[in-house]
Amino acid sequence: MAAAGNKQALMSITYDIVAGDFVRGGEAAGKLKRVLQQLGLGANVIRRTAIATYEAEMNVVIHSYGGQLSVDITSETIEIICSDCGPGIPDIDQALQEGYSTASDDVREMGFGAGMGLPNIRRSADEFSITSTVGEGTQLQIRILHKAGE
Amino acid sequence: MSNLRLAAIVEALSLTPNADYPHDVVVHGGYCSDLLSDVMGRATAGCVWVTNQVHVNVVAVASLVEAAAVIIAGGVCPESQTLEKAAATHVPLFTSDLSAFEVVGLLYEMGVKGAVRGG
Repeated sequence: MAAAGNKQALMSITYDIVAGDFVRGGEAAGKLKRVLQQLGLGANVIRRTAIATYEAEMNVVIHSYGGQLSVDITSETIEIICSDCGPGIPDIDQALQEGYSTASDDVREMGFGAGMGLPNIRRSADEFSITSTVGEGTQLQIRILHKAGE
Repeated sequence: MSNLRLAAIVEALSLTPNADYPHDVVVHGGYCSDLLSDVMGRATAGCVWVTNQVHVNVVAVASLVEAAAVIIAGGVCPESQTLEKAAATHVPLFTSDLSAFEVVGLLYEMGVKGAVRGG
């Protein structure tokens, strides 16, 4: 186990996310979950990471033109950056409100677009930030802390 | 927390399995919702998830939350991609002609109580 302040890089992974691909949507989160299980991380950390990455991944599938989920796993943290090319978010405070969504009726009928995705990410993360440029895309930064075996 | 085996539930509710399933899996509780983010955030590992959603992403959510089983209620027919992915990823998936309300009622009578993460 690394000494405090001596964070060790363990693994870096990048997953491509295809816009509109509901069949593969969730696979990046699933693959990352299996990696974390193989690394022996705790169930709560794995669950929080699964929630955050699933929601981030599906946001890219639903709202963007495509993007990537990049994950750096260290001895102390799981650092996730989810970036997309897309229309961007004009009002981030509004997008973060529980229940607010711009999803289409078709997507809502599939059980998405309940306005719970970003709030789920925020609840699951130890640190969370979002930046967006209208007409360019959106980037989420998610940090989940862990200690070995927890 | 219940400790019912999945096979007992399948038999009692006359559920139709999508594929072979692990009969001895223990069902710890239940969750009912058609909102996938709600299920992601609140359903517990080992639960039986009752829904009317039929599309393939149901399987991804069930796998991520480690649901013991998914019951698609209301006599609706899951999309073929859903059935194929559930079988391929070993997510036990069942259908029932009963409504979601009836399925949950019968589960509750058997001793499967609501299970909510963090609740």
